[in-house]
Amino acid sequence: MKSVNKAIRKKDAMELLLGKPVYTDDIAPKDCLVVKLLRSPYANAFVKNINTDIAMKVPGIEAIFTYKDVDQNMKRFTCAGQTYPEPSPYDRLILDKHVRFIGDPVAIVAGADERCVDKAMKLIKTEYEVLEPVLDFTKAKDNKVLVHPEDNWEALCPVGADNKRNLCAHDESSNGDIDKVLDECDIVIDRTYHTKACQQSMMETFRTFCTIDTYGRLHVVSSTQIVFHCRRIISHALGISPSKIRVTKPRIGGGFGAKQTSVSEIYPAFVTWKTKKPSKIIFSREESLSASSPRHEMQMHVRLGATKDGIVKGIDLYTLSNTGAYGEHGPTTVGLSGHKSIPLYGKAEAFRFVSDVVYTNIMSAGAYRGYGATQGLFAVESAVNELADRLHMDPFELRFKNIVKEGDVMPAYYGQVNTSCALDRCLAKVKEMIKWDEKYPMRKISDTKARFVGMGMAMQGSGISGVDVGSATLKLNDEGVYTMNIGAADMGTGCDTILAQIAAEVLECSTDDISVFGADTDISPYDSGSYASSTTYVTGKAVEKCALELRDRIEKLGAKMIGCDKCDVTFDGKKVICESGENKDKCVTLADIATASMCGNDIALSVTNTHTSPISPPPFMVGAAEVEVDLLTGESRVVEYDACVDCGTPVNPNLARVQAEGGILQGIGMTMSENITYSDKGKLYENSFLQYKIPSRMDIGHINVEFESSYENAGPFGAKSIGEVVINTPLPAITDALSHAAGKRFYELPITPDQIAMARINDN
Amino acid sequence: MLVDIKLNGKSVKADIAADMTLYEFVREHGCYSVKCGCETSNCGLCTVFLNDKPVLSCSVLAARADKCNVTTLEGLQEEASEFVTFIADQGAEQCGFCNPGFVMNALALFRENPYPDEDEIKEFLSGNLCRCSGYEGQLRGIMNFLEAKKAKEAE
Repeated sequence: MKSVNKAIRKKDAMELLLGKPVYTDDIAPKDCLVVKLLRSPYANAFVKNINTDIAMKVPGIEAIFTYKDVDQNMKRFTCAGQTYPEPSPYDRLILDKHVRFIGDPVAIVAGADERCVDKAMKLIKTEYEVLEPVLDFTKAKDNKVLVHPEDNWEALCPVGADNKRNLCAHDESSNGDIDKVLDECDIVIDRTYHTKACQQSMMETFRTFCTIDTYGRLHVVSSTQIVFHCRRIISHALGISPSKIRVTKPRIGGGFGAKQTSVSEIYPAFVTWKTKKPSKIIFSREESLSASSPRHEMQMHVRLGATKDGIVKGIDLYTLSNTGAYGEHGPTTVGLSGHKSIPLYGKAEAFRFVSDVVYTNIMSAGAYRGYGATQGLFAVESAVNELADRLHMDPFELRFKNIVKEGDVMPAYYGQVNTSCALDRCLAKVKEMIKWDEKYPMRKISDTKARFVGMGMAMQGSGISGVDVGSATLKLNDEGVYTMNIGAADMGTGCDTILAQIAAEVLECSTDDISVFGADTDISPYDSGSYASSTTYVTGKAVEKCALELRDRIEKLGAKMIGCDKCDVTFDGKKVICESGENKDKCVTLADIATASMCGNDIALSVTNTHTSPISPPPFMVGAAEVEVDLLTGESRVVEYDACVDCGTPVNPNLARVQAEGGILQGIGMTMSENITYSDKGKLYENSFLQYKIPSRMDIGHINVEFESSYENAGPFGAKSIGEVVINTPLPAITDALSHAAGKRFYELPITPDQIAMARINDN
Repeated sequence: MLVDIKLNGKSVKADIAADMTLYEFVREHGCYSVKCGCETSNCGLCTVFLNDKPVLSCSVLAARADKCNVTTLEGLQEEASEFVTFIADQGAEQCGFCNPGFVMNALALFRENPYPDEDEIKEFLSGNLCRCSGYEGQLRGIMNFLEAKKAKEAE
C-alpha cells in the first residue's frame, strides 16, 4: 500500500503548529454580540420572578431572554448528537422555569462586549422557589423528588424511560441461566465499583458564533463534532425549520465526545435569530467544567464466576448510571458498560446485564471517549484481577485462558461474530513489553519506594451498527487534483488526512493531491458525525467506495477521449491507458481528462457515496502499568505504561499512536487524579484546572504503544477504530497495581495518595 | 489608560481599561495564535514573551507591558518553523489548540538551555497542558529536533 498504513503528516499540521487563526473565536466577526448565561445557584428550583429592567439599562446591552421568552409548553428537545429519533429523552427547553442543577441557565444576556454583559448579569433580579434536590444517584429511582415532573417530557424511543420514576432508561439482556452458572462456580467475585463524572477537558472550551446569511438564514459556526445533528437540535430548540439553518465547523480544539452534545450552540442561535445580529458565546473553563457534558457517573455491581482453574463461566452486571439533570446520551452510554466488557470473556456460558439510568439534580452527563465501556471495563477487568489474586494466578495467564477469539460468536455483543481479533497477540506483546515476569507483582526500589504492575484489557466498537452513516464527495479538478468533501469532523484526530489517505490509495495519487473540506451542513454530504469510533471505519469505507466510483468515471471519460471501450483501459493514477485493440498503448493524462471534463462533457467527475455497516467490529487492546509508589506517603506515579492495540490496519500509524498515547493518559488521569465532588447542596467543587487535575507531563514516565493488527474485511483496507478503545485499560491496570501497593482493593476512582497511605497504615 | 506596547516589534499605542489582561490585548491586536484554556494560569496556552521571558498572558495586566516588548508566535514564525516540523512528523500537534503556548515555551527553553535533557524538558514545559497527545509525541519531536540540531552543528 502506498498511502494507507503510512505515517503521513496531518494536512493542517503546520497551520496549527504556527498558530494560524483557524478556530471558532479566531474567525468570529468582530462585531458579534457577546452572549453569556446567568446560571442557577440552586440544584432544584422554580424561577418565581425574574426582573431584567435594570439590567437592560446597562449601556451596550442588546437583549436579555428569560423563560418568559420561551413557550414552556412547547415540544421539548435533547441536545444529544444522535441519529433521529434520538434514544435520549426530549427533556430540555432553551430556558426553563424549572431549573434542575447548579449552573442551569436562567437568562441569556447579549451585549456589545463582555464588560457590559458581566455588569448586566449582576443586575438581574431573580426570585426562586427553592425545592429539595435529589443528589444521591443511588436513591434517585422512585424518589419522591422528581427531576422532570413536567408533562411535556417525552422519550421518543422505547428505552424504558419513565420521568415519574426519575428513570432515563432501563434495560435488561441475558444469555443462558446466569444464576445457575454462578451457583456452580467454584468462586464468585461479587463487588460494586464506582466511577465519577470525569471531564473531557479539551483545551478549547465550548464555543459558537452565529450570523444571518445572505438569504436570511441562520449560520451557526461552532466547535462541534456533529454538524448535521446540531442543525436538527437548533431547529427543535428554536422551533424553526432546519432549512433555515446552516451549521459549519472550523478547526476544533479537541472534543473527546464533549462536543457530541450541543452544549453551547442553542444560546447564540437563539440570540441571533431573535435580534438578527451576529453573536457568540465562549464558555469559560468554569462553565465547561460545571455545566457541560461529562462522563456518566456509574455504579456497577459485578458478579463474576469462575472455576478454580480460572475459567470465567459467567458474568452478571448491574449498572446504575447517573445522567444528571438531563438525559443526553443516558440511555446509550450505559449499554456499553456491559456490551463492551462482558464479551471479552469468550468462555462464559451465561451473562446477564441489567441497567438503570437515573435523573439527579447535578449537571447533565454526555459522551466522553469510551462512552460507558470505560466504566464497565474498569469493573469487569478489576473483578478479573481480583479473581487472579484469589486464585493466586497470574493476570496474564488468566486472560490467555479466557479471551474471546476470532470467529467466536459474542452473545453479549448482540450476537455478533468476532470478525477480526488479535487480542491474543496483544496480550503476548504487552507481557513482553513491560517485562511482566520480572516485575509482577512488585519490586522494591528503596526502603520507601516500590514499583507495582497491573494490567487490563479493553474492547470498543467501530461505529453504531446499522445506524451510523458516513459519506464523501470526491471531485476531479484542474490539473488532475482532487477535492474531497466530508461531513465527518476532524477534531484534531486527523481524519481529514486519514480519509484522504484512503482516497489516495484507491486513486493511486499522493495524499497531497487531495484537498479536504469538512464539515458544513449546506455543502458536505450527510454524515452522522465524528463519534462512536465511526469515522475511519464507516466514513473511511464511504471514501473507499466513492474513490472507486470516481476511478470508474475517470476511466470512462479517458476511454471516450482515446476512442476505445472502457473495458480496454486502465487507470494508474496519472493516466488512462488503452491496453488492447487498435488503440493499444494510447493514453490520456489525468490533467487532460480534467480539462476535457470542463468542455462538452456529460460524464460527471464528481461522485458522492455513502456507507453504513451492519456490524461494529471491536478494536481490542491490552495495557499494563508500572506504578512507583512512595510507601510512606502513598504518592504514586505511572513510570511506564505499555500497550498494544488491535485497530485492524492503522491507516496512519503516527496518528494512531498519538491517539493511543493521549487516550492512555486520559485514562491515567481518571484513575489517579481527576476527581468530582459536590457540596451537600449539589455544587461542584472541581470547577477549575486548579482543582480538576488533568495529568501534566510530570505526571507520567513513558507510554509505549505497539500495534498487533488483525484485518477487518468490512473496514477500509482492513481498518477498525482506534479513538475510544485507548482510554480504557489504565483504569483496571493501575487500580490493580495500587491495590497491591495499598494491601487492599480499591473499588472507586480516583485512587489518591492519601487513600493508599491510609490503607497501608491501617494494614500495619 | 494609555499604553505603548511593542508587539512583535511594532509599537502599539492604545487606550485600555485598567483591568485588561495582556491576553485580551494581544488578541485585540490580531495575535490570534494566543489561546486561553483555563483563566486560572494552569494550562500554559496563553504563553507570550514579555521582554523575552515567557509569561501567562491571562494573568498579566496589559498595563504591566507598557513600554515593554511583547512577542507572540506571530512574531516568531521563522524561529518556530523548523522546530515545529519535528512535532508535525510525530502527528503530535493533534487538535492544535495548545500548540502556540507549547511552541512559545519550547522556544524559550531552547534559548535558555540549547540542549536540555528529558527531565529538563519535562520540567520546563510542565505548565503547558495538552489533553490530546499524552505528551509522548511532543517529547519525541523535541528529542528529534535536538538531535538534528546537534548533527547540523557538528557538520
